This record gives sequence, structure tokens and C-alpha cells, in this order.
Amino acid sequence: MPITQSDTGRGIPPRLELRNLGMRFGAVRALDGIDLAVRPGEIVALLGDSGCGKSTLLRAIAGLERPDRGTIHLDGDDVGGVPPEGRGVGLMFQDYALFPHLTVAENVRFGLHAHPGQAARAIATARLEQVGLGHRAASYPGTLSGGESQRVALARALAPGPRILLLDEPFSNLDRRTRDRVRADTLGLLRETGTTTILVTHDPEEALGFADRIALMRVGRIVQAGTGDDLYRRPASRFAARFFGDLVEVAGPCRAGHVATPFGPRHAATVAEGAAAVACWRPESIHLMPVGEGVPGRIVGRRFLGATVILSVEAEGFDAPLLLPVPGADGRGPGDAVGLRCDEANTFIFTDGTD
Amino acid sequence: MTGAAQALDAEDLATPRPRGRATRMRPRTLAWSAAALALAALVLSPVASLVRAAAQGDGALWPHLLAHVLPRAVAETGLLLAGVGLVVVVLGTGAAWLVSAYAFPGRRWLEAALLLPMAVPTYIVAYAYLDLLHPIGPVQTALRGWLGYARPRDFVLPELRSLPGCILLLGFVLYPYVYLPTRALFLMQAANLIEAGRMLGRAPSAVFLRVALPLARPAIALGASLALMETLNDIGAAEFLGVRTLTVQVYATWVNRSDLPGAAQIALVMLVAVLGLVALERWARRGRGFAGTAQRPRDLARRRLHGWRAGAALALGLVPVAVGFLIPATYLFRAALERIARVGWPATILPEIGHTVLYAGLATALAAGIGFLVAAGPRLLPGPLGRGMVRVTSLGYALPGAILAIGLLGPLALADTILSEGLTRLFGVAPALIGLGTGGALVIAYLIRFLAVSTGTCEAGLGRIPESLPDAGRMLGRGPAATLARVQWPLAWPAVLSGAVLVFVDCVKELPATLLLRPLNVETLATHLYGEAARGTYEDGTVAALLIVLVGLVPVAVLMRLGTRRAAAATARP
Repeated sequence: MPITQSDTGRGIPPRLELRNLGMRFGAVRALDGIDLAVRPGEIVALLGDSGCGKSTLLRAIAGLERPDRGTIHLDGDDVGGVPPEGRGVGLMFQDYALFPHLTVAENVRFGLHAHPGQAARAIATARLEQVGLGHRAASYPGTLSGGESQRVALARALAPGPRILLLDEPFSNLDRRTRDRVRADTLGLLRETGTTTILVTHDPEEALGFADRIALMRVGRIVQAGTGDDLYRRPASRFAARFFGDLVEVAGPCRAGHVATPFGPRHAATVAEGAAAVACWRPESIHLMPVGEGVPGRIVGRRFLGATVILSVEAEGFDAPLLLPVPGADGRGPGDAVGLRCDEANTFIFTDGTD
Repeated sequence: MTGAAQALDAEDLATPRPRGRATRMRPRTLAWSAAALALAALVLSPVASLVRAAAQGDGALWPHLLAHVLPRAVAETGLLLAGVGLVVVVLGTGAAWLVSAYAFPGRRWLEAALLLPMAVPTYIVAYAYLDLLHPIGPVQTALRGWLGYARPRDFVLPELRSLPGCILLLGFVLYPYVYLPTRALFLMQAANLIEAGRMLGRAPSAVFLRVALPLARPAIALGASLALMETLNDIGAAEFLGVRTLTVQVYATWVNRSDLPGAAQIALVMLVAVLGLVALERWARRGRGFAGTAQRPRDLARRRLHGWRAGAALALGLVPVAVGFLIPATYLFRAALERIARVGWPATILPEIGHTVLYAGLATALAAGIGFLVAAGPRLLPGPLGRGMVRVTSLGYALPGAILAIGLLGPLALADTILSEGLTRLFGVAPALIGLGTGGALVIAYLIRFLAVSTGTCEAGLGRIPESLPDAGRMLGRGPAATLARVQWPLAWPAVLSGAVLVFVDCVKELPATLLLRPLNVETLATHLYGEAARGTYEDGTVAALLIVLVGLVPVAVLMRLGTRRAAAATARP
């Protein structure tokens, strides 16, 4: 499984390379200086809230939108002026966009017009078998379930053998249970076929579970790109840190390269001397200790969620109770005194007032 | 006539699509651009040529026009428009309120029946009533019999051949243009607000005046502007009834005096009125958004009427249906049967049907194909040109047929000259007047006038297809044209077909342009009827009139079935 940084050296040309891509809709900057490289076989997630430009970026790569500036290279070729039908890019739409007047098999064959009829039929059949829908070949899309529609759309997008496959929120139309299974199947198929893929999603868990690399977007920019581990453990901004989960935050000035926190002074390399800083922790990196160890605190609430329990803990130095997840078997409850501890490595320090 | 109502949705659906800037100028794009420009030039050529022709007229004509023709024509046209406007607004709004706010036996039937007058062209209604109300016609004879008068001159009804008579007749035929969108508005948007008004304790009459009427203003204005466009287009009714409108003058100046510059000058005066109506229509559309909540059509909780009140409501609602459709249609039916029984089918009826179907059919095929391409324009031709075509082509329906025909004479003559010169050079001989002499001119006029109808329905059909489907076609390796053929066409052809039906019917009913542009000695059903009426031999035209009405019933039947939703969508789209 290729896990790569965004550098593009080491001989293999990137499958897709975006340089300084920019696009406006009127006064709105949809894309603002996007740089991104995707290696063959790699799966990259474009992650962000709605309106951050991730879908526009996907459509620009597809050729359905034309950026105002910047270049798009596929396997080293500039495809900026190539219409969508000439790019060899596959796109799976959020609503699947199956043609209602064609059968499942005809849908999958639609992109195989360059092949002779017999070969096209064979490829389509093979693709449908691959997603486990060979028996629905003669059905019309109107009769398919949501999960089946998704798989047909995937088979159709993969059938012409695209150089890169673009998935636009491919699982958002499925209910939760179906989604987990379909997501696993899809990932398996993409790995099996070694398909270079870009996935657009607003769900950080989906991005973490699906992609080799994540590009986190905000108002038309990529604010951080890297492996899921990078983004989760080493967020470059408070925005990136918050995107992947709740944060416990404490503000304080930076003195002599350090910020004073309830867990003790923390090294603040990125904050200017004397500037206001914020120290943040993920709740799961704060550990509950026996009384007497670490920061003293008291449990004031307990919410049972099955596998886990969320404890509300009032602790010295924190304005509001901390909501800390512990295993469901943990028997502690309101009134119990505890201690809190957190490793230096799990502390994020940002300059206050910035995202 | 119904076609114009459909044409209305055209422009609302033409919301500019923010996508599709993906391709650079390639040869195919260039070809589409050229085709689009040619079509725009064709649609705009009549107006341009009118301006040119009017400018060529010697100034000597103006004093004559100003002194003898224009004052009366402008006054009569103005009074006619004002009067018809008043009648259609009162009848249309009243009828819409009656069937929307009250429940009584027969209401559902009445709701649909109120659309029937749309099936009858104005000139046929005038034609039927002229014979019916003739001093020695059936009505006056019967009245005299009842009242005991012996001779026609002892008792005469007020003359129908007058401006008030014309106003009443046109009003009773054209009110469905107001009724349709206003009823849709009551159904679609106003139900909650009207009920809120009622819950606040206002009497129904106060709710109507203070809530329903102000809410319905855009719908009423929209309908009135369309009805008045039809009034301006009308040539038969006004002429039969002796009203010298601008339209009649344009026609007479050209046909009787062969004075093209004069006709063009009068036509330009008329264009002012046309522009006013287009402006009114645009205003009505823009104002539409303010009450626009995206609600499903829903009935008002109707006030139930009992006893004599219920009977009175039904009778009241039946008046416009009877005057605008039942009486003239029954008369035509009986007169046509009598005529066939007495002397058999008119000898000329078959060739007339043939000509009617030929010209209307050709224009319909062209309008359907071109309308589909225009509606798909934003996809085929990214950029302002592709998007603008819908607006440009929708201008044609506002042009009265007579003006359109006069305006086309110049460009067509020019095209004929160029064509025959070219052919002469190539082959040594060439037929003269290829466009004007063969009916090609007529087909082009129909196309320009009714293209908006087709474009509108095609747009509605294409608009129901999610954007992602054509995008998917492109992503699977097909170009814009192939995607149009394989994805959009299979999904949208029923809409294209329904648009074609509307265009065909409109072409069959069209009179002024047909009169002016048909080839020599060729008659269609409509022109045959006009000829008989002009000669005063009414009964000879009844078969043709009945056939036209029967054809006209087709789209009315469609509207009756789908009308509510479609019209509701047309009025309520935000």
C-alpha cells in the first residue's frame, strides 16, 4: 500500500499533478492556489466542509469545470484544454447518475463504445460480476436498492479503465449500516484493481479509513495534506485539529518558549515570544489516574454509550468540565476523585486567534 | 393560443446554468455558434426589415397616415386592448376564485370546462356569432317569435359589429389566459395565506379583496399580457366586426394598396404596444418570486355552498363557458352537419386539409428539432451565446402574425433573389420566388412565431433531467452531441412531442401570417374560412371552422389533464 508524501521525486511521474489551480464564481473563490500530486495506485481524500471547494476541484479534474488559472497534468500531459470525454477520467456521482432508460448492463457498457460489441459485453459482464451484480444485468436502475445502485455506478465508472477515478461523496446516500459494508467492498475493489482514486468527503472518519493520504480543504485552499496519522496527530492548525474531533483547549501567553498549562509548561516552538497561545489536547489522550497523580479532578457526570462511557470531570485550571471517554467497563462515577495526566507529545500548541 | 401559454414557462426554466465552461473553441463549437447566430438573425430579421422598410417610405405617406389612418386605428386598438384587458381580468380572476374558494356540485367539471374557449380561435368565434346573431339569424328570429314582432326592422338587438361587441367576444374567448395562471396561484401559493386571512376573522369578500387579489396580481398581469398579445394578433374577429385596429390596417395597407413602407410604418407603431406587453409580462414574471414558497399544490379549504347558492355559482361559472365555447361550438357543429347533409362535403376541403397539415407539419418538425437544440443550447454551446438563444427565440411569439409576415417579406424576397440568381448562373434557369412562392415563407413564419412554444416544453423536459446524467455521459467518453442523443433525448422526447402537438395546433389556427404568406391560390382551412366570412357566405365555411376547433381541443384536453400542475409550476417557479 503506497503511503507517500506529496513530493513527486523518485522517478515515477505522478498520475495527476495540479499546480496553482484557481477558480472564481463571481466574487467567490472556489479554488485558490491548489497544488496536489497523486501517485499511481494511490487513494487520496479531499476532505472539507460543504462549500470548501472540494467538489469544484473534483469537477475541474474531471473537465466539467474550467479553472481560471493553473495547470492539470495527467501522466505528464497537460489536459487543461481537453474536454471531459477526452481525459480518460472516471467520475462516480453523488447521486450515481445511472441512466434510467438503460439497463444495468447497458449502463456499464455506455463508456465502452470504443470497444467492439462482443468485447464491450465481456468487459461489462466482468465488471458487474466483480461488484456482485451479474444477476441484475437486465434490470433497470429504478429497481435497484441504494447499495446496488452504488455498485453499478462503481462498475460503470471502472469499466473503461480510467487513468484516475473520482468519487464524489460516494457513500453519503446510503444508510449507516449499508454504508460501512459498501465502503469496505469499494475499498477492496479499488485496491484489487490498483485504481488511482480521489475521494471527496466531508466525513473525517471516512477519509481516515479510506485514503492513503488526505488533503484537508478550506475556502478553496488545501490547508494541510498528509497521511491520516499526520493530520490527526500533527495538525498544522487549530482548524485541522478541530476537524478530526473535539479538543480540550487552554489559552495562555507564550513565555520563554513555553506555555503554562494545567499539565505543566509545554514547549511552544511555533508561537512568537509573548504572543497569546492555545494549548489543545484530544480528550482520548488525557488519561484518568488514581487520586494523587497528575492534575487533581472530580467526576461530576457519567454518560453511558455502550462500548464507552463519557465522564464529565472538573479539574483545576480548566474552565469547563472535560468530557473524557473511558472504556464502558469503567466503574467510576460522579463524586469520585481522580487525577489527570497527558503526555507532552500529545499536546498541540497554536497561536491564539488563528485557525 | 394555448401554445403561447406554454411558451411562458420557457424563460423561467432558462435559469443560467453555472457550469459547462469546460471546452475550448473547437470546430464543432464553431459550427454550433454559427448555427445559433443564424437562427438569432432569422428570428430578429422581421423587425430589422420592418424598420428598414419604414425608413424607405417617402415622407409623403406620413401626413396621410397621421391624418386619416393612425388616429382612428390607434384609438380603436387602444380601446380594444383596454376593454379586452378589463373583461379578461374580471372573467378570469372571478372564475378562478369561484372554483378555488367555493365547493358546489359540478365544480370539478366547471374547473376543467372553463378552459374550453382556448380551443376556439378568435376569428371563428366572431364568425359563429355573426351568423347566429344576424338580424335574420336563428337567435333574433326566435326572439321576435317569442316577443310577437313580425318583421326584422321592428326589433333589432344592439349591433354586434361594433367595438363593444368585439371587446365582449374577444374577452369571452381569451379569459382562460388569466384564469389558468390565477387559479394555479390560488392553488399553489395562496392557500395558506388566504386561510390565515380567514382565520383572522375576515369575511370571504374581504379576504378576496385584501389577500387573494393582491397575491394574484403577478399571475393576473401575466395572463392579461398574453390575452392582449392574442388581441393584437387577431385579424379575423376585428375585421369581421368592423373594428379598424392597427393590425387590420397593416394588413389592408399591404394587401389592398401594396404599400409596404406604409404597412411597415403602421407596424412599427404597433410594435410599441407589443413592447409594452412584453414589458408587462416580464414584470409579472419578476414579481412572481415574492410569494414563492416551494409548496405542493394544495386546495384551499373550500366554502361549501348549498341550495340555490350552489346552483347560482354553477350557473355563473357556466356563462363564460357557454358564451366562449358551448354556443359557438354547438352552432358550428349543427351548421356543419346540416351543410354536409344538404350538399355533401365541400369540394375543396381535402386539398385545404392537405395544405394545412403540410405547412403546419413542416413547421412543427422544424420547431421541435430546433426547439430541442435551443433548449439544450447551454450544453452544446457553453457561454452566453448558448444561454441567450432561449431568450432570443422567445421573442417571436410576441410578434403579431401580420407584423411578422410583413417583416418577413423583405428578407424572403432578398433570399429568393439571391437563390434564383445563383441557380440561374449554375443551371441557366431557376424558378422564381422559391421562398414566397412555395409556402416555404409560411413555414418560416410559423417557425419564428411558435418556436418559443417548442423551446419552452423542451426546456421543461430537459430541466427535469438531473445535471449529473449528461455529466456522466461526458465522463464516460461521449461528446456533448452524442450525450444529447443518447442520454437527454431518450429521456426528454415525450416533452418534445407534447411541444410539437402544441406547435402544430397553433399553426393550424394561425390566420394573419397564413393569409399574407401562403402561395398564390393555395387555401388552408383558416384562410378558406376567412374568405367565406369576407364574402358573407358563412355557412360554407362551417366545416373548416369545425375542423379547426376540433384540432384546437387537443391541447385543451392535455391542459385539462396536466394543466393544474404544469400551470402551477409555470406561475410559481421562484
